[in-house]
Amino acid sequence: MMDESRRGFIGKAFGAVAAAGGVASLIAMKKTWDPLPSVMSAGYTTVDVSGLEANKLQISVWRGKPVFILKYTEDMKPTDGRSVKVGDHYYAVMIGLCTHLGCIPGYEEDKKMFKCACHGGEYSPDGVNTFGPPPRPLDIPPFKIDGQTLVLGEEGPEYKKMTAKA
Amino acid sequence: MAEFKKAGSMLEWFDQRLGVINFTKVMMTEYWIPKNINFLWAMGVLLTMLFTMLLVSGIFLLMYYKPDVNMAFDSVNYTIMQEVAYGWLFRHIHAVGASVVFLIIYIHMFTGIYYGSYKKGREMIWISGMLLFMLFSAEGFSGYMLPWGQMSYWAAYVITEIFGGIPFIGDELVVWIRGNFYVADATLTRFFMLHVLLIPLAILGAIVFHFYSLRFPHVNNEKGEFFDFEAEEKKYLAGDKKGSKVIPFWPVFLSKDVFVMGVFLIFFFYLVFFHYSFAMDPINFDKADGLKTPAHIYPEWYFLWSYEVLRGWFFEIAGISGKSLGLMAFGFANVIFLLIPWLDRSPLVKPANQRPMFKYWFWLMIADLMVLTEFGKLPPTGPNAWVGFGASLTFLVLFLSLPIITKMESKKKAGGK
Repeated sequence: MMDESRRGFIGKAFGAVAAAGGVASLIAMKKTWDPLPSVMSAGYTTVDVSGLEANKLQISVWRGKPVFILKYTEDMKPTDGRSVKVGDHYYAVMIGLCTHLGCIPGYEEDKKMFKCACHGGEYSPDGVNTFGPPPRPLDIPPFKIDGQTLVLGEEGPEYKKMTAKA
Repeated sequence: MAEFKKAGSMLEWFDQRLGVINFTKVMMTEYWIPKNINFLWAMGVLLTMLFTMLLVSGIFLLMYYKPDVNMAFDSVNYTIMQEVAYGWLFRHIHAVGASVVFLIIYIHMFTGIYYGSYKKGREMIWISGMLLFMLFSAEGFSGYMLPWGQMSYWAAYVITEIFGGIPFIGDELVVWIRGNFYVADATLTRFFMLHVLLIPLAILGAIVFHFYSLRFPHVNNEKGEFFDFEAEEKKYLAGDKKGSKVIPFWPVFLSKDVFVMGVFLIFFFYLVFFHYSFAMDPINFDKADGLKTPAHIYPEWYFLWSYEVLRGWFFEIAGISGKSLGLMAFGFANVIFLLIPWLDRSPLVKPANQRPMFKYWFWLMIADLMVLTEFGKLPPTGPNAWVGFGASLTFLVLFLSLPIITKMESKKKAGGK
């Protein structure tokens, strides 16, 4: 110790208490800004896919985010690791936010592609980025297949298989 | 307790208790400003006035504004605009003021760069000024969210998403900042707090610090001349007002500032009454909808240059994605002005037109910022994307080459003698 006097000890003790209090306050402040428990638990969205039309984009909402569900037409080939088979049909299931800066791409049915109006990013119908600034394909939300319905927010075996591959 | 004599006047009474006579001298009548300046030196006082107007109009808006996703939009567009007497006036003053304050900040900032008012003892003035610029940017961004229109929502979305680019903690950080997985009620309320309390407090503190930082190195002048302020002060106080190189802040300097202020206010209230729409984007009169992106998202004009630096990088280079490159360029753009005192390696304090190489650099930088601003608002498709890339690259090259240019310039100067 540099200063072994009583005053030096009191100074260090005060410093230690103040530091502990400061750290504790910072933790409390950080946690106050955390999402609330109700926000964290809000949410499983179920979507019945049996009534969907092929090549028509269905947009569902999960945790405030749009989720694209696109039923493939007969001539659209399923993509390995990205297409979801529910019943006899293949679907693309993905979060409808451009991976560049989070805008919502629109689906152009005639050209069979997604186009983001914000910065010109383009995606194939299975959500793979084909042009522009997007750094990666559209994200796939955790899902579980339950008969003809999709449960968004729960990790089913099909989802686990997909993420294991990636 | 000190012995107090009975005061002979009200002034003396206050002076005994608060030292007001000495305080007035230090702050006003014996705070010395160089004579050799022009109207560009009035921007500081204009900014102080504009900040006061934003504060006052903000207080009036605060009485009716509701920071809740279900009520915010109507509290602004119905209650304040239609029901509250003169509510529209306070909103227009606030919106136009927020836009114009950046115009004056930029003039103030580029005046500083042009005249080299950031070096040789003036570094802290520059740094505290740039700190104010950052705080005003945060204030502008957080305030833009409050009317809860489509542009409010999507600007908030895109800008908070930028933090997702930070390695490792990015995704969690975005959720933490928003208080939700998307821009939601928690986000609006916390940015409301930042806008009306925390950031204004920080701005007030930074303004005091900025003024204080002026006291030791003193205000620069048109020629970048260094002189003995104490000697010039003595001359002035001895009655040689003509021979002295300085004038007191009050009343001499401010009397001219008041004139500039008057001209400015005519312009300002012309905008407030007749041309306010430039500060109020029509898209923001649609209520925020998280499931419908507007066709084209752009920030207010004062952020366009840095926005264009961000999105100018739209393709992969050497395995680094366009998004990461854009973020790096954006980070660079946001700190580089802060470092100007150290990037300029020439010890010369002179206006740019008297510096053989810096003058080209200065006007090139201004031109590049104008191109960035212009293209920042256009959709980034086809040739626009390439102009954006070129201007963004030029910005980086300009600032990276500044140390070399200024070093060469100071050598040339020394060799010429």
